[in-house]
Amino acid sequence: QLSLFRLPVKGPLRTSHSSVDSQEVKKFQLLAHKWWDEEGEYSALHSMNDLRVPFIRDTLLSMSSNYHPGNPLSGVKILDVGCGGGLLSEPLGRLGASVTGIDPLEDNIRTADRHKSFDPVLAKRIQYKSSSLEEIVEESMETFDVIVASEVVEHVADLETFIRCCSQVLKPEGSIFITTINKTQLSYVLGIVVAEKIMGIVPDGTHEWEKFVPPEELERLLESNGFSVKTVNGMLYNPLSGSWSWMESTSLNYAVHAVKSGAWAQSGPTDPPPETDIQQRSATAGTA
Amino acid sequence: SSAAMAAVRALLAPLGARLRPGPRTALRSAASAAAAAPQPLYDVVVSGGGMVGSAMAAALGHDIHFHDKKIALLEAGPRKEYDHMPDSYSNRVSSISPGSATLLSSFGAWDHVCSLRLKPFRRMQVWDACSEAMIIFEKDDLDDMGYIVENDVIMSALTKQLDAVADRVEVFYRSRAVGYTWPLPSHSCDTSPWVQIELADGRRLQTKLLIGADGHNSVVRKEAEMKNIEHQYDQSAVVATLHLSEATDNNVAWQRFLPTGPIALLPLSDTASSLVWSTSHEHASELLTMDEESFVDSINSAFWSNINHSDFIDSAAAMFRSAISLLKPSGTAVRQLPPSIAEVVPDSRAMFPLGMGHATEYVQHRVALIGDAAHRVHPLAGQGVNLGFGDIACLAHHLSAAAFNGSDLGSLKHLLKFETERQRHNVSLIAATDVLKRLYSTSLAPLVLLRTWGLQVTNALPPVKVRI
Repeated sequence: QLSLFRLPVKGPLRTSHSSVDSQEVKKFQLLAHKWWDEEGEYSALHSMNDLRVPFIRDTLLSMSSNYHPGNPLSGVKILDVGCGGGLLSEPLGRLGASVTGIDPLEDNIRTADRHKSFDPVLAKRIQYKSSSLEEIVEESMETFDVIVASEVVEHVADLETFIRCCSQVLKPEGSIFITTINKTQLSYVLGIVVAEKIMGIVPDGTHEWEKFVPPEELERLLESNGFSVKTVNGMLYNPLSGSWSWMESTSLNYAVHAVKSGAWAQSGPTDPPPETDIQQRSATAGTA
Repeated sequence: SSAAMAAVRALLAPLGARLRPGPRTALRSAASAAAAAPQPLYDVVVSGGGMVGSAMAAALGHDIHFHDKKIALLEAGPRKEYDHMPDSYSNRVSSISPGSATLLSSFGAWDHVCSLRLKPFRRMQVWDACSEAMIIFEKDDLDDMGYIVENDVIMSALTKQLDAVADRVEVFYRSRAVGYTWPLPSHSCDTSPWVQIELADGRRLQTKLLIGADGHNSVVRKEAEMKNIEHQYDQSAVVATLHLSEATDNNVAWQRFLPTGPIALLPLSDTASSLVWSTSHEHASELLTMDEESFVDSINSAFWSNINHSDFIDSAAAMFRSAISLLKPSGTAVRQLPPSIAEVVPDSRAMFPLGMGHATEYVQHRVALIGDAAHRVHPLAGQGVNLGFGDIACLAHHLSAAAFNGSDLGSLKHLLKFETERQRHNVSLIAATDVLKRLYSTSLAPLVLLRTWGLQVTNALPPVKVRI
């Protein structure tokens, strides 16, 4: 029944300003209640927590001077965009953060709400909302200390709008953490053909190679929207052990940490970085 | 293709079998459970307040990443007051390895032990009743090999350290768990995902992780249907507190293998030692009922008599010994003489049956076994409680990391890492102890020769001794 996810040819060009792609949303509908099966379709996302939670935690700890033993993220307000069933929101909540999780798919939010409801500590710390990022911008200007957008940007319709909205809801000097997939030959072979079609590590049809985002492009968009990119790290999934590890090369999966600059007004983008920088980066990117 | 994918996923999903629903599942619906007064939810519940259970709760309670967590310790017995240690020694003692001492000091309990009383020993002399073969364990550096500590002293130290973190660790005395309800695997989330515990007085608790430290007849293990390989030895251990004929440094632990079982003398002070004599049930009962003089005579004769020697074995052993000394001149060591016993402390004799056991699984979704609940071993190796402390060090390490990662504490992912590490360590030791026990339970010449030569070779070979 997973072959239903094989997408038909794309419809007419969308001209809306929404970053939500409804075709993408539909893909996740059928699996909305499968999020919390650690051995099921989302097992790779579960084990990705071993990488992304320490990454977020340690980066934030290194930037702050307060330390609450047992609750290292205490007092931090986090927005989890595209939270799905809450796989990343819950560990962040357990570490003490106040998390707002948004996802355009109501069924995902329902699953997430139900799962957190059994733990009174999490139930208080995490709030879920079925919503797109744009819909909360107005009421959440400069509200959050941190935004996490993990395995999301390869599904959005308009990445520029998405990044701009992230900037708007983030406090100055706030952090954004993104994990996504690079657009390379390797990521096509391993990320689509092997992962989806052959090994079933990712449900078939989840990703479209066309929408994968090279780190250079992501960095460019971030920098032109008032962010300063601090860290870019490659990630590697081992299907035999079911675990993730960091790696030098960003040709497959990668993670980014960027910080919104201080007194940044909501004006337009800055000048693009000098040409030589872009050439240098694209020369080294995507090579294994 | 979907069959292939399913096969691949099955290959990649070793956890699948462990997530089967437990025996009593979902009979109470989530609705009724939630509508009733919400049962307190703990992050960790340790069932069993003995040395291992108490140390586990204390280790977690002092862990920095458990600072805001809620831990409960369930103990069926009453709270004992350990404030005033009696002058006389208790007859239940344990040999504490340096590794266990390190664990206890990691949460401040070892200091208390040292301020109460303990006896370090530098050497262990182990020999056979049927031959002259012996093996001496000694550390070359002037460190202690281990410590003989009364169990009550350890409990006193642990209780103190539990009191110190009473805001995090709630100890329930006189609280026996009578029933457990296991959660369904986490993804079918219509019912409570936690372990439900029902106490004898009707109170109910919920927990994200249940740690079974309730001894070799573990109820947690049985209720979770975790298979256990067990075997009753036809032996009982007799314990007693003894006074030596004359004061000595007494920093050697002695063990002699008799045909009926090993007899051990563990130093308590310059004038006192603790007896652990494993022997047949009948002989054990005799030892308990005979008058004190005869009892002391039996002990001295057990250590000193040579009636079990046969000329054949003695000459064979002597031959072997000279062969070794040709190859390795320093290979045989100086034999020290064990102390002789003057009297037994009145009312200090007791006996308890012996057996071995090993659980094939130490963990399940939201459940972990530690200590004798997971493995039971013959006292001849002096390892019992040290294995339990080793379990604690390993499990606490993994739980601490899991807490710092914001993980669900009951998740099999890190519990399996604990199981793999500990089974790898424990299985070989338990098997070896069992083999030794059987090997030494006979006076058949070939086997005696085998173990005699084995002992002599082991004594002569430093690398093997160090490993042990």
